[in-house]
Amino acid sequence: MTAQQHTFDVVIVGAGGAGLRAALEASRRARTAVITKLYPTRSHTGAAQGGMCAALANVEEDNWEWHTFDTIKGGDYLVDQDAAEIMCREAIEAVYDLEHMGMPFNRTGDGRIDQRRFGGHTHHHGAGAVRRSCFAADRTGHMILQTLFQQNVKQGTVFFDEFYVLDLLLAGDRAAGVVAYELATGELHVFRAKSVVFCTGGYGKMFKITSNAHALTGDGPGVCYRRGVPMEDMEFFQFHPTGLYRLGVLLSEAARGEGGILRNADGEAFMERYAPTIKDLAPRDMVSRAIYSEIREGRGAGPDGDYVYLDVSHLDPGVIDAKLPDITEFARTYLGVEPKKEGVPIQPTAHYAMGGIPTDVDARVVADAANTVIGGLYAAGECACVSVHGANRLGTNSLLDIVVFGKRAGINAAEHAAGVGHVELPEDPAGAVTRMLEGLAGHAEGERAAAIRGDLQVSMDEKAGVYRTETLLKEMEVELASLRERYARVWVQDTSRGYNTDLLEAVELGFLLDLAETLVVSARTRTESRGGHFREDHPARDDKNWLKHSLARRTDSGVRLDYKPVTHDQVRADGEEVLAERGGPMSPANPPRGRQPLCRSRCGCDASTPRPRPSRGSRPTTSRPSPWTGCWTSCTG
Amino acid sequence: MDRVLDLLHWVKWNVDGSLTFRRSCAHGVCGSDAMLINGANRLACKVLVRELGDQITVEPLRGLPVNKDLVVDMEPFFASYREVLPYLVNDDPAPDTERRQSQKERARFDDTTKCILCAACTTSCPVFWADEEYFGPAAIVNAHRFIFDSRDQGAAQRLTVLNDKEGVWRCRTTFNCTDACPRGIKVTQAIQEVKRALLFRKV
Repeated sequence: MTAQQHTFDVVIVGAGGAGLRAALEASRRARTAVITKLYPTRSHTGAAQGGMCAALANVEEDNWEWHTFDTIKGGDYLVDQDAAEIMCREAIEAVYDLEHMGMPFNRTGDGRIDQRRFGGHTHHHGAGAVRRSCFAADRTGHMILQTLFQQNVKQGTVFFDEFYVLDLLLAGDRAAGVVAYELATGELHVFRAKSVVFCTGGYGKMFKITSNAHALTGDGPGVCYRRGVPMEDMEFFQFHPTGLYRLGVLLSEAARGEGGILRNADGEAFMERYAPTIKDLAPRDMVSRAIYSEIREGRGAGPDGDYVYLDVSHLDPGVIDAKLPDITEFARTYLGVEPKKEGVPIQPTAHYAMGGIPTDVDARVVADAANTVIGGLYAAGECACVSVHGANRLGTNSLLDIVVFGKRAGINAAEHAAGVGHVELPEDPAGAVTRMLEGLAGHAEGERAAAIRGDLQVSMDEKAGVYRTETLLKEMEVELASLRERYARVWVQDTSRGYNTDLLEAVELGFLLDLAETLVVSARTRTESRGGHFREDHPARDDKNWLKHSLARRTDSGVRLDYKPVTHDQVRADGEEVLAERGGPMSPANPPRGRQPLCRSRCGCDASTPRPRPSRGSRPTTSRPSPWTGCWTSCTG
Repeated sequence: MDRVLDLLHWVKWNVDGSLTFRRSCAHGVCGSDAMLINGANRLACKVLVRELGDQITVEPLRGLPVNKDLVVDMEPFFASYREVLPYLVNDDPAPDTERRQSQKERARFDDTTKCILCAACTTSCPVFWADEEYFGPAAIVNAHRFIFDSRDQGAAQRLTVLNDKEGVWRCRTTFNCTDACPRGIKVTQAIQEVKRALLFRKV
């Protein structure tokens, strides 16, 4: 197979929120191509409903330090705190950027961006809920995706739609380009590039019940992994408690926020037993485990006893229509259930991958525990692990992650490209992909990819899902080996050149199998419970041994694990401020790493260098100063 | 509770691996799987098999070249979309914070922001079938979304494009587009509003 050649400065793989945000920055600075296996507007960013948090303080007092604290706490202290701070600080500008691009945010009475509450977002470090989530009705992700796509149309970004990137080309310690498969023709294309940015989203399709799109098969991380890049924190996967029964389609947390109640087969509001105070509004991981406990103990509903009900029938029908249109529509369309009268069958659904391609705060991919940068290789969004989500992502922070780090990736990739030349491509750059495709298409009969994938998904749900144990994970490892053997003999039935999605499904399954293995091995080794990773045989968090990121690397003898420390420059895992480590209380004279002096009001206090652009929207607190901000305690502006 | 999409997958995975169609999110938000199902343009992931009776016919969208099975060439559709300047036009320097917009102004174009570019409306339009140069409802919907956005300054330019002989005046108000829209957008009404804006040059 001969491959067509293309040369660009920057190649961006994937056109969801992160890829499109990166493309806006990169394509105005450098010759840029966006390679995407779906038309950009089909990306799963469009499925996000809730919102995007930023401490604009448009409707009540708020600041980005509180947002940072919530993110760190929500991530069960596995969050790299410098990264979380950057995300929460830049969130404010990111929202205004989107608004300037035309994003139709909902508005307050005085015409500013409206904000609402969302689970886990608080003021004064957990003192109470805060209105921080900026939103566009119940389709915030859709509007972000559309807005970013519109701006790329305006800017004339070059897209290669329905091209699947199947290999990463490296030359020594630098990225040299990618190899892509054109769906329409079956031809291979070699893209030579100085910078390569992966923005390919998640890999929830390794589970059966998932809110993820069919396309979310982890191609980007899979490609990197096969080329020697380790995968960080793969054991951390978020299971959202309220997925539509059997389909996994997400029913927003808003349903419980508005007063919805989870009930078992007996009609009992069972969350009262698990979380007597906050009940149904307990954190996602806790609710998911409670639902599974009910099911396992025989109190699940339905003929197979494998779901529970989300009951909103006691709410005012007007509230359901106005505030919960999605739940009503999904329940009616897919289950024929009328939420105003009866409970909606739900079960936990695999939702979000906290782990992925390890990067630093500039979206540069790092190769090891010492954070050695791979020149010209970048990643952003769900496929990456910065890590801003730690062990458990806070609601709304995914949309924030993609715009903040997508932007950083685009700028940095273009700037890198401006300073270097192209590196030589390896000989026969498309050779590896050609051999892989020929290998997959080389069987005249056998088992179809769908059968193998189906078994993978069922087993992952059972053995590496919400509840994990040494025994289950060991079983899953053995099973993965046998799935792999079956995969080696997979039968691609479609023999046509053009639009051969049968072949692509087989390719995608290969990535899922690789990533599932990293998840299972990382999960079996981590003998503690933290965030989205729950070990029944080790139910407690173990900071002494496990307050560290895992790195899973591919070797000839299987997955090899390595670990790197978590960046803790603000809050220790026990909730105490980090003082000794940074040489005394935080102050303008002693800012944490990466932080600008804190005085934003030029009031004459000690913050000798006012930051060039004040953090917009943040307001100094007068009533109860933040314990993190030395300046704020003396300066109330 | 099986969707038509599940049925297509069942055939692809168990009977004929060469059956080809686009799909991704599988719950009606990505717009990949619009097709003609029992004679009506629908998303395969939003129609349940049990609602369709004993016989189910699926066909590719009409009016766009068929590439393979249910896969059509979307390029003519996106080409029309790109022509209407489907993005915010505002050359004033951006303020430090947000541009202000009242709730009423925001509500004015809410309906047309729902579009997922699935092409169900455009390919249900008899005018589009007969004349592939016609912009089609989806492009007009996306022009509407900006023409009536108080922050936008490109209305005049967009209206000039849509005043073209292949523009809004081709619309014969058959309401097929409104029936076809899986997002419930009042497409025909949006087109009428653009026509009115052209007549009175007032938005």
